[in-house]
Amino acid sequence: MGGLDLTHFVVLAAILFALGLFCVVTRRNALGILMGIELILNSANVNYVAFARYAQTGYDGQIFAIFVIMLAAAEAAIGLAIVLGIYRSFETIDVEATDRLRG
Amino acid sequence: MSVTTVAFYVIAVITAGSALGVALGNNIVYSAFALMGTLLGVAATFVLLGSDFLGVIQLLVYVGGILVLTLFAVMLTHRIADVHVSNRAVGRPLGAVLAGAVFVYLVRVALRAHWVVRAPAAPGPTIYGVGDAFLTQYLLPFEVASVVLLAALIGAVVVSRKEVRA
Repeated sequence: MGGLDLTHFVVLAAILFALGLFCVVTRRNALGILMGIELILNSANVNYVAFARYAQTGYDGQIFAIFVIMLAAAEAAIGLAIVLGIYRSFETIDVEATDRLRG
Repeated sequence: MSVTTVAFYVIAVITAGSALGVALGNNIVYSAFALMGTLLGVAATFVLLGSDFLGVIQLLVYVGGILVLTLFAVMLTHRIADVHVSNRAVGRPLGAVLAGAVFVYLVRVALRAHWVVRAPAAPGPTIYGVGDAFLTQYLLPFEVASVVLLAALIGAVVVSRKEVRA
């Protein structure tokens, strides 16, 4: 494999996680926050698959990654529906402007 | 350096660079397209790790499904007037400190920990093994997942429909 090992992939996942976290805590656009969550989920998936390849036999890591992708799809559908609902009632999706619970 | 290593670094630069675009872009549309680069890079990483089926799933579900859905939401909630800074960000220094601290900690763990590694198996088709595991060991989670997806589908329709009071 020419010096390519588990650490390379774990560090790549750490980069993705840190950028996703940065995205989630600094963005004020609800869609930007959802994109940050996608980055974090992808970093977890990279870790799952890397450990599945380098640290164990079998397909457990890949199965978990498939479940994560499935839940990300469900989360995206519900999250974007909620964002559209917020936009309908507030005319904006800036999360600092949408602080009213009363409809 | 072998071809695999070079491929990894190219893929990693594309993935991390696009993720930087997602995190720092001022325009939500640019962020969405940068997210496409990241998702494609992650799919390529999966293929590099010998998980061909997972790479295809990543392409189909993430790039073909979630990203298109996100772009639809961007188009529907995006006013042309605020095209310049449509992806506002606040508290960037503090966020950078937090993300940087988490990143340093994670890299420290990745470099210091004594991972129990074994020689990676020769890459081959994984579809058979994944399908077998889904229909034997992971049958119950598989069925629960289908119920979750059905609930999410109905929930999304209920949340986003127009309310008609009879």
